[in-house]
Parts: sequence; C-alpha cells; structure tokens
Amino acid sequence: MNWADLNLVPVMPEIFLISALSVILLLDLFISDAKRGITYGLSLLTLAGTAALQVYTFEPYAQYTLSNMFVADPLASLVKLAMYGATAMILVYSRQYAADRDMFKGEFFTLALFALFGMNVMVSASHFLSLYMGLELLSLSLYALIALQRDSVPATEAAMKYFVLGALASGLLLYGMSMVYGATGTLEIAAIAKSIHGGSANQLLLVFGLVFLVAGLAFKLGAVPFHMWIPDVYQGSPTAITLMIGAAPKLAAFVFIFRILVQGLDGLTGDWQSMLAIMAVLSMAIGNITAIAQTNLKRMLAYSTISHMGFLLLGLLAGNEQGYSSALFYAVTYVLTTLASFGVIMALSRAGFECDKLEDLKGLNSRNSWYAALMLLTMFSLAGIPPLVGFYAKFAVIKAIVDIGLVKLAVFAVAMSLIGAFYYLRVVKHMYFDEVQDTSPIVVRGDMQLVLSLNALALLVLGVLPERLIEICVEAMKQSLTVL
Amino acid sequence: MDMKSLYLLIALAPLAGSLIAGLFGWAIGRRASHVVTILGVAVSAVLSLKVLSGFISGQTEVFNGSVYTWLTVGGHEYAVGFLVDKLTAMMMVVVSCVSLMVHIYTIGYMQEDPGYQRFFSYISLFTFSMLMLVMSNNFIQLFFGWEAVGLVSYLLIGFWFKRPTATFANLKAFLVNRVGDFGFLLGIGLVLAHFGGSLNYNDVFAAAPALANKTIQIFPGVEWSLMTVTCILLFVGAMGKSAQFPLHVWLPDSMEGPTPISALIHAATMVTAGLFMVSRMSPLFEMSDTALNFVMISGTITALFMGFLGIVQNDIKKVVAYSTLSQLGYMTVALGASAYSAAMFHVMTHAFFKALLFLGAGSVIMGMHHDQDMRNMGGLRKYMPITWITSLIGSLALIGTPFFSGFYSKDSIIEAVAASHLPFAGVAYWALIIGVFVTAFYSFRMYFLVFHGKERWMENHGAHHGHDDDHDDEEPSTDHHHGLGPNDKPHESPWVVTLPLLALAIPSVLIGFFAIEPLLFGDFFKGAITIDALKHPGMHELAEEFHGPVAMAVHALSTLPFWLALSGVVVAWFFYLKAPQIPAAIKQQFSAVHKVLENKYYLDDLYFNLFAKGARALGTLFWKVGDMLLIDGLMVNGTAKLVGVFSRLTRKLQTGFIYSYATTMIIGVLGLMTLWFAGIILR
Repeated sequence: MNWADLNLVPVMPEIFLISALSVILLLDLFISDAKRGITYGLSLLTLAGTAALQVYTFEPYAQYTLSNMFVADPLASLVKLAMYGATAMILVYSRQYAADRDMFKGEFFTLALFALFGMNVMVSASHFLSLYMGLELLSLSLYALIALQRDSVPATEAAMKYFVLGALASGLLLYGMSMVYGATGTLEIAAIAKSIHGGSANQLLLVFGLVFLVAGLAFKLGAVPFHMWIPDVYQGSPTAITLMIGAAPKLAAFVFIFRILVQGLDGLTGDWQSMLAIMAVLSMAIGNITAIAQTNLKRMLAYSTISHMGFLLLGLLAGNEQGYSSALFYAVTYVLTTLASFGVIMALSRAGFECDKLEDLKGLNSRNSWYAALMLLTMFSLAGIPPLVGFYAKFAVIKAIVDIGLVKLAVFAVAMSLIGAFYYLRVVKHMYFDEVQDTSPIVVRGDMQLVLSLNALALLVLGVLPERLIEICVEAMKQSLTVL
Repeated sequence: MDMKSLYLLIALAPLAGSLIAGLFGWAIGRRASHVVTILGVAVSAVLSLKVLSGFISGQTEVFNGSVYTWLTVGGHEYAVGFLVDKLTAMMMVVVSCVSLMVHIYTIGYMQEDPGYQRFFSYISLFTFSMLMLVMSNNFIQLFFGWEAVGLVSYLLIGFWFKRPTATFANLKAFLVNRVGDFGFLLGIGLVLAHFGGSLNYNDVFAAAPALANKTIQIFPGVEWSLMTVTCILLFVGAMGKSAQFPLHVWLPDSMEGPTPISALIHAATMVTAGLFMVSRMSPLFEMSDTALNFVMISGTITALFMGFLGIVQNDIKKVVAYSTLSQLGYMTVALGASAYSAAMFHVMTHAFFKALLFLGAGSVIMGMHHDQDMRNMGGLRKYMPITWITSLIGSLALIGTPFFSGFYSKDSIIEAVAASHLPFAGVAYWALIIGVFVTAFYSFRMYFLVFHGKERWMENHGAHHGHDDDHDDEEPSTDHHHGLGPNDKPHESPWVVTLPLLALAIPSVLIGFFAIEPLLFGDFFKGAITIDALKHPGMHELAEEFHGPVAMAVHALSTLPFWLALSGVVVAWFFYLKAPQIPAAIKQQFSAVHKVLENKYYLDDLYFNLFAKGARALGTLFWKVGDMLLIDGLMVNGTAKLVGVFSRLTRKLQTGFIYSYATTMIIGVLGLMTLWFAGIILR
C-alpha cells in the first residue's frame, strides 16, 4: 500500500464515525446511569457530525480509495444520509421506550452506532471482502442488540434464531462469493464485471455461485423463501430494536444487492432477473396473505415488510435505470414509513405494556386523535393509497416492470397490494370505529412527538410533491450506473 | 411579485381561509372564523381587481403556464396551470367580489346558526374551487373545479342536513349533475382521444381547425361529425351545471340551502360555469352549427318556460330561482347565436343584480323571521327602507329598464339573436321577446306583493307560513322561530346585511352603461373568444348599429321589449295592488294551466317515476342477482374465504422451530439450483 497516494477524504465520514464511536464507548464507562442522557446526546451529535461530513465531502461522481476496496458515489452518499436520519430518529423514538425497559444503557447506543458503521461499509464497499465485513459487523451488532434484554425469553429466542439463521445465510453468501472468485479470479466488483463481460469466466461456476449469492442476499432483505426469521425476530425483539432491524438495514441491503448483482454480475442479468422475479412473486403473495391472519401488530408489520420487499425486488429486476431508481425511491420511502409506524407503536407503549396487538389500537381515535391520524397516514401509505408516498413508490416500480413488458407480473403485484389493503385498513377500522378497551393516558416526550409528527406528515408531503426525491434517486442511480 | 405567484395567491387565499375556519373553527371561534375567511376572499377580490385593471390599461399580458405538475402518465401530463386572459379576469372579479359581499352578508344572516364556522369554511372553499375552474388552462383542472364547486354546492344545499327536504334537494342536485358530468367527461374523453392527445386548451384549439370535417363512428356504420358530438357532449355538462332544460330540475330545489349561497352559488357564479366553459370553448363551438343550434334550443326552452313558472310561485326565493333559470336561458341562447361576449356580459351584470335580489330576498326573510311566503308579506317598504330601495333597483335591472345594467346585456342578447342566421333563431327571438314581458310581470308581482299593499302578516298569521313544502315540523330545533307573531313588526336588517345590498346595487345600475362598449364592440375579449365572422356575422352587424350606450337606451324606448316590460309592470301592479281578485279569478278559470305550472310541467314526476324508480328497480335486480349472488356470494366472499384458507395455511408453515426455518432456506436454495441447472444442463 502506498501511503502517499492514500486519499482519505472520501472515507472521512466513516473515520469520524468510528472515532467518535470509540470516544463514546470509553466515556460511557465513566457515566452513571442517571446521566445516560449524555451518551444519548453525544450519539446524536455524532450522527449530525457524520452527516455534515458526508455532505461536505460529497462529490457528484464515484471516488475509489483504500486500494479500491471502498467507493464513495452519490448512491452511497444518499443512502448513508438516509441511514443517519433513520438512526437518529430511532434514537429519539426509543429514548423513553428504552428507559422504561432498562435498556437505556451505553451498549444500546454504541451497538446502534456500530451497526450503522457496518452499514456504511456495506454501502460503500466495492470489494467482496469489504462487503462481507460490513455485513458481519451489522449482523453481529444486531444480534447483540436483540439480546440486550437478557432476561426476556422472547428477545433471547429471537436473537438465537436470527443468529443461527444469519450464520447459515452468511455461509451461503460466502460460498457464493468463493464460487464467483473461482470463476473470475478476483474479488473486486468492477474487475468481476469486466471478467464476465470479457467472456473468460466459467459460466457454470458463475451461475452456481449466483444461486448462493442470491439466497444470501434474499435472507438479508427477507424475501420468500428466506424470510422465516422476520416474523419471529420482529415480534420477539423490543420494538426499538425491531425498528433498527427493519429500517436502515433494508437500505443497506438494497445497495448491497445492487453492488453485487447489478455492478458485479451485470453479465448474468437474465439469470438473476428471473430468480428475483420468483422471489418477488412469492414474497408479495405469502407476505400479504399471511399478514391477514395475524393478531399481533408487529408480526403483521413483519409480513407486510416481506411483501414490500417483494415490491422492491420488482424494481430491481426491471434491470434498467428506471427500475433501479424506482427501487431506491421505494426503499427510502419504505424506511420512512416503517419509522413512522413503529414510532407510533412505541409512543403508545409504556412501562410494562407493549402496544403490539391489533386490539390495543381499538378506539385510538377517541383516546388521542392525533396519533390515530398519524397511524392512519402510515397505514394508507403502506397500502399505497394516493396521495401518500406509498402510492408513488408502488406506482414507480410497477411502471418500471410494465415498461419492460412484464404486464402479468404487474397485474399480480396490483392484485396482491389489493389484498394487502385489507389488513392495513383493518388497523384503521380498529382505530376509528371500534370501542376503546384501554383508556390509560398516552404520554409522549415532546421531542418525540414533534419528530414523529413530522415523520408521518412527510409521507403526505412527499406524496404530493414527490418530484424532488425522485429526481435525486434518478440522479444518484445514473452516477452509479455510468461506472459500469 | 411575478404574475404566477399573484395568481396562485388569488386562488389559494380563500382556500387557506377555508381550511383555517373548517379545521380550527372550533378552536378560534366564530369571530375569528369569519375574519380569516373574509380576509382571504378580500385578498382575492383586491388582487383580481388589480389584474382586471391591468388588462384594461393594457399593462398585463395574457398568462398561460403551468404552476405545478402532479404526474405524467404515458406522456399525458396532469398539471395545474393558469390561463388568465380578459375573460378569466372578468370572471375572477365577478366571483371574488360577489363572494366577498356574500361573506359579509353571511355574518348577519347566519348569526344564530350553530354551523357558523362550517358555513364560512364552505363558501370560502367554493370561492377557491370556482377560481380554479375559471383560471384553468386545461380540461383536467377545469373538471376538478367543476366537480369541486358541485361538491360544495351539494354540501351547502344540504347545509341544514336535519331537514329531509334539504337532503332530498342536495341529493337531487347531485344526481342531476351526475348526468351532466357524464356527458362532460365523455366530451373531455373525445378531446383527449382526437385532438392531439393534449388536454391543454391551447393545444386543443390549435388542433381543432384540422378536424373540422372529421367524422367518427360511435355506432358502426353511422358517421358523426367529431366536432358536433364533442361540443354537444361538453354542452351536456354545461346543461347540468348551468341548469338548462331538461337538466334544470335541481335548481329550484336548491333553494333549500341558506340564502347567501343561493345568491353566490345558485345565481351569480357556479351556475354560470357552464356558460363560461362554452365561451372558453368558442373555437370548437364555432365549427359546428348543429351544436350551436342545440345550445340555442335548450336555452330558448329554459328562458321562456321557466319564466312562466316564476309567475305561480309564492315562496319569495323560488320566484328568484325561476327568474335565474330563465335568465340563464337567455345567456345560453346568446351562446347559441355566437354572441359569446353578450352572454358573458349578461353573466356579469346578472351576477350583480341577481345576487342583489337574492340577498334582498334574504333580508326580507330575516325581517319576516324566516317566513318565505309572499302571501304573508306586504307593505314592507316602510319597515325595511334599504332592502326596499335596493330590491327595487335589482328588479328594474332584471326587467331591463333602460340605463340599468340588465337592460344593456339583455337587449344585446335579443339583438344578437335577431341578427343570427341559425335556423332556430327566429323562434328563439320571439321566445325571448315574450320572456321580457313574463320577466317584468313576475318580478314586479314579487315586488308589489312584498313591499306594497296591505300588511298581511297580521291577518294570515297561523294559517300558513314557511315554505310550500310541508317540512315545517321537521325544522331543526336550533333553527330560528318561524314567522312574525301578531304583534311583531318586521325590522330592517343589520348593517352587515344592508352594506352588501348597497354595494351590489351600484354595479347593478352602472356597470352595463360603462362596460357595454368595450366588452361587446371593443376588442376586450379578443383572443379569448373566437367567432367565425363569415358564418356567424351577428355580432359584427350589431357593432355597426351601435352608437354608444345613451343612444342605445334612447332608441330602446321605441322598441317592443321596452313596452312589453312596461306592460308587464303595469299588469302586475293592476293584478296585485289594484284588483287582487283578478289573479284568483284567472286561476279559477284556467285551473288546468295553473295546475301544469304548479307541477312544473310534471317533469319532476316524470324523472322521479321513470329514472329514479326505474334505476332503483334495475339496481335492485342487479343487486340481488349480480351483487348478492355472484359478486358477494361467489367472488368476494369466495375469494375472501380462499385467501383466508391460504392465510391459515401459510401461517402453519411458520412453526417457530429453527430447524424448519433452516430447512425452508435450504429448500429454497435447492429449488433455485434445480430450476437453473436443469435449464443449463438441458441447454
């Protein structure tokens, strides 16, 4: 490695993040439980600083550094900014929630930031090794986070399940990577793409590796049939952790898939397209249909996630710029919607009570009409009802596949989202038309109230004015695709 | 401020007021609610006046551009855009000014109503919708405004939703308008399909000349002229909105709404939307004589026969309502005669004097403690002097007294029809001439019954009061008490009511005199209205004969319409003041005719029995066979059951055991492998 040529500017946000993280890790040892607010504040400051550096170091083209292991392109910057925002919102939402459950400790913050760091590495990796490192850092942090409540049976069970299945998935992924390495002789994504286009790679070996890669990737995204962990983990984890699993990592996983399949295995597009199509169909069907039978709100949202990942795959499998940018738009807006829905669940929970059953929402409107309205917005957005942003996201991916001629798939997707509307609207029915069962007062911290309201209203605003965000997504995708 | 933001502000200010009063009215109270809405509309009114004066002085350019693109689908753009030219500017001024007057008036009229904030929110929302309608530069936004004003009209007719008659009336208005909107939507569809795929006015107008002789087949084998079909379908929409025969039946019933909205929506603005639309579409209508004839026939029937109905009404608001119908008919005839500018001129003058008459009627109703029956009135002149004098001005303007605004616009229409070369114009001309007498007669019948003669509320008390319909018992308990007691006296209304009356009286007298020359014979509407001067030379011939407003008024003294109007007034005076036994005797003598008129030519019964009941019978059939059996039974519940079964099945797959999860994953990998390697090996 030639230190003189080392350009560290594109990595500045990551360097700052890991340094600040180490400082927090050390400082937290000397902070008593009563003053844990300092750690909380420092974590938020770290996020703000990282985001500022991200904006400051932004360049509208791809920069490679660290021996081509790391790439900073507009796609990475956009997704990272979204992840910083998502993490910050999660911290705000979980403050009271974690304090009520004896989780408001240093580990909570440092692990969350470690997970974020792992995601950053994933998003910016241009090499199979750095990709895998980032993924493992994220996964390990998440395992530990789920098990943070050591004495909670569902949480430890969820952590165990996630860990074992995650290890299996990582194994599949690594195996797939090694096959690709065997076929092309390199681990660098750009070089892999070149090798495949050059025709020197062993086709059979490549497809063999592709199957395993897709399986591993699908596990991260939670697409059928690699989705089994999602319902149990979503339900078993404390809601704050569920949100950490369900929000930013979806974005990271999206970029992860994009880097491997689109940037690396571009030459096999025909193959992975059909694989994704099968998984998309299965995810939309199983996710939506099974969600109907759920009585647990978090579990229902878990199945809803599976179906949404099916929609996300639709955009990816379109295999062109329009498809990728609509999938990116879908991912970003989906994360925003998830934040709002779980945010409301956390707002309605209190010490010793988890608002995670469907009937806990009964008559919410008469208890607190504002939270009912916020939940209404998120549910409508998830169901894809205009003018909320969820409609636009669905519309964009469906349009992308219609444009490449997959009309039947599009019709299927619409039919499935119709089925999906049922269970989202059932939540609305519970909130507005059913009798109140739980009349205890809803107490929410002021800062959370503000952020949550803005979050849910953003769904409406983005639905009316989606133009700007779509443009940003298209622009980011354009830059990442010209690299090829 | 650039023009775009100015126009946006004009449209959005009332919306902001409406939202504040509607959503937060409960919090900010009555006073603040009317302050914000009036403020919003006042901003629109002042800025609209500024825009119009800019156009008159020539400083303002025609603005045409989109302000916000909502979405683009398959190359079709759905945008919000404004087209502001002189036609638009005139309508903007009429809408916002009348609306402002009505807002102020409402403070007095709705004083005791519990739905005070809701009412203000609705009328501001209406103002916004109407402005969006007239300012639109494309069909989609036009349709949005069209439906939005329809919606607010529906909400306001049924404002006192506890009265069964009010909900019946708003449902009726809604359904009848659906018929019109159906035609309108089909018309827009034809435009989209055949006029180059754009819905922007300018693109459509640019594409139109090439399509003048194009024919389409709606039924195989029969060729229809595209232009004629499109125009007639668009006009069907106008028939619904502007209450033209045979879709006029909803307007008289709409009087169930509070009087301020009768003035604003059902006299001055919304009902003229259809006429405005036809004027906007003049480049299309000019290409089809058939469509123009159709327009003229519909207008003629409305103008004459609805006037007759005004004669037999006893409810003060109903008289004004039928008079509105008849006047809308006049305007429609003018459209048919290609005298778009005359029609729009009458729209403007009519907006002012009809709003004045309605608000005057409302003031009378307030004075009479919400008794609307003219048979209980009389001699109100000395109790309500301001209402009296302004109503007199309004009536004089309506019947076309020379020098009053109504005279100029109405006489122009009659002259334009006389100059028209369309086959039906001869009949239309005579219908309008007879209509002049009828108008004068019913207007002054109302005037004399209300303001002169004996003070009948003392004698008639208890016998009958309220409306003709029998809903007095179902009045909401919060409503005001009805009618005057034996010792009560009518009283003049508060200043918030009389101020708008005075303010509206000024343009009712003057505006015709000053506006006729630029509007009709100058080039005010140049660019906004297109007339094919070769085929329809009427307006040009008129322009040659025009020698200024004074000469026109003096000349009118020797023409038939003036003497007919005068005789109408005299007959009304004789019948209702001098010899009140005569009308009763006539009623006896011609009881058959009277009965037909009283039943509104039995059109309501026909529609009710044929369409409403027929549709219900058909609906019941479809419901029983189609819905209950096929859709609900087999498809909906069947599908739901099927989904439920699947749902329970897939739920069972989720065992909760880690080994079954891992197995599923492995099976997934194996499945993918099998699929792909089978393919590769077979390849």
